[in-house]
Amino acid sequence: MSPEARARAITGRFALLGVLAVLAVAGFMLLGLRGNWGFVLSIRTGKLAGLVLVAVAVGSATVVFQTLTSNRILTPSIMGFDALYILLQTVLVFSLGAMQTTALDARAMFLAETAMLLAFGGLLYHWLFGATARSLHLLLLAGIVLGVFFRSISGLLQRIMDPGEFLVLQDRMFASFNTVNHELLALAALIVGAVLVAFWRMRRVLDVLALGREAAIGLGVAHARMVALALGLVTVLVAVSTALVGPISFFGLLVANLAYLMFPTARHAVLVPAASLLGVVALVGGQTILERVLSHDTALSVVVEFIGGIVFILLVMRGGAR
Amino acid sequence: MIEVDGISLSYDGTPVLREVALRLPKGGVTAIIGPNGAGKSTLLSIIGRILRADAGRVTLDGMDLAQAPGREVARRLAVLRQDNHTSARLTVRDLVGFGRYPHSRGRLCAEDLAQIDRALEYLGLSDLADRFLDQLSGGQRQRAHIAMILAQDTDYILLDEPLNNLDIRHAVGIMTLIRRAAAELGKTIAVVMHDINIAAACCERIVVMKEGQVIAHDTPAEIMKAEFLSEVYETPIEVVAVKDRLLALY
Repeated sequence: MSPEARARAITGRFALLGVLAVLAVAGFMLLGLRGNWGFVLSIRTGKLAGLVLVAVAVGSATVVFQTLTSNRILTPSIMGFDALYILLQTVLVFSLGAMQTTALDARAMFLAETAMLLAFGGLLYHWLFGATARSLHLLLLAGIVLGVFFRSISGLLQRIMDPGEFLVLQDRMFASFNTVNHELLALAALIVGAVLVAFWRMRRVLDVLALGREAAIGLGVAHARMVALALGLVTVLVAVSTALVGPISFFGLLVANLAYLMFPTARHAVLVPAASLLGVVALVGGQTILERVLSHDTALSVVVEFIGGIVFILLVMRGGAR
Repeated sequence: MIEVDGISLSYDGTPVLREVALRLPKGGVTAIIGPNGAGKSTLLSIIGRILRADAGRVTLDGMDLAQAPGREVARRLAVLRQDNHTSARLTVRDLVGFGRYPHSRGRLCAEDLAQIDRALEYLGLSDLADRFLDQLSGGQRQRAHIAMILAQDTDYILLDEPLNNLDIRHAVGIMTLIRRAAAELGKTIAVVMHDINIAAACCERIVVMKEGQVIAHDTPAEIMKAEFLSEVYETPIEVVAVKDRLLALY
């Protein structure tokens, strides 16, 4: 494909995604408007903001994570990042009690949890991605086992905690695009914005990192430092999306791989926005269809996980280590 | 000049390199040969900063490679590794363009584009420039990676078995190119290879490694001796002179 044809294809597909995203947003805001418009629109705006933030956070985090790990199967969720976040939250509610937890400022708590996630995650993944290159299958296995491990501890704590406290926790945890955590919206937007700016400034370094460790070092990139930095940013995005709507395992895998399919390039200046836009189209569009057209018959997360799970299996079967 | 001084490395207590000392003077092509497991690639990885040695140091024109800023080193030393695969969706031109990264940090200017075109042409890849890497044969991909190293335009170039996957025509082509780069552009090139005869024909000096040590470093005429080679490879090898070339028969 000639450079010109490639540039045209990329522009065209961005335009297509842009139109789809606008349609999804318009549909979400305007379909089935009844009663007090001002009131309905203000509620919908909050929800929309949450969905868009989650879509962008998960889409870009997954693309960058896959670049860092040089494969297209692993995602932060599959590696247990969000399970770790849930565990931290469970431990917090368990040790402080629901009363104290709800009394705490949601934003302060979110920041504290994110900091802990960074520290724990850093330690864990430093060991996993450490000095020697490990096999993809070992990593996958370790991630899945760790995820189960974190979820099991959370489960254990949730069973022995007071039912009332469990309700508080449950309210925060379950992936639901209907109950976006509104207190955090402004802070989340700020954080996602800052991380995106950082990714944008790193875009060319990320392009080089995608060549793999050895090539990156050969080209003079401070590999260890850059990977640690980018992994930290990814962790922050995972914390944001998990705090807003709870864990969604396969969503990132879905949009990242769609982005690779649609856009014939390896440039992060294209892939990161593409995955984010695809995320917006899928989340907002999906939610619109489910809510307004199918009138709430199914939870969007179930549909996303179902499709994402199938894609995951296909990728594994295709030997998607490439 | 690349100076390797007292480099040692062990994996789980098994020494792979044992106090290797080596001086590669500026200019010319040096072949690094030796049996499997001699530590050739490991030594190249240490010089290329991919592995860290347990002891010893490597300097390039007096600059300590372990301490120097990565970008500075990358503008003077390019390393081609043995297995190059990437999952990223790159065209040949994209890949070769990455060679310019140490100079341009990804913002390609006219000079970079000219270097990329020159490298593509050198390796006969101009027609394939807009193909994706996964649409190429193994040999074409190998040439694309060599083109990237050339585009990096460094004084020193290390190549780890660049002739892998290449047919005779392209193997000869690459060796001719390597000699030309050394002769015309004054580059210093070290090549790990297995074919003793190509090494003897194309290189000014040959470094022989065995069991984690450099056991000889000399001109091809001195290295190409039946008794010495038989001992190194633990296989009977004869050396004959054909049309003023020394050939090893095995």
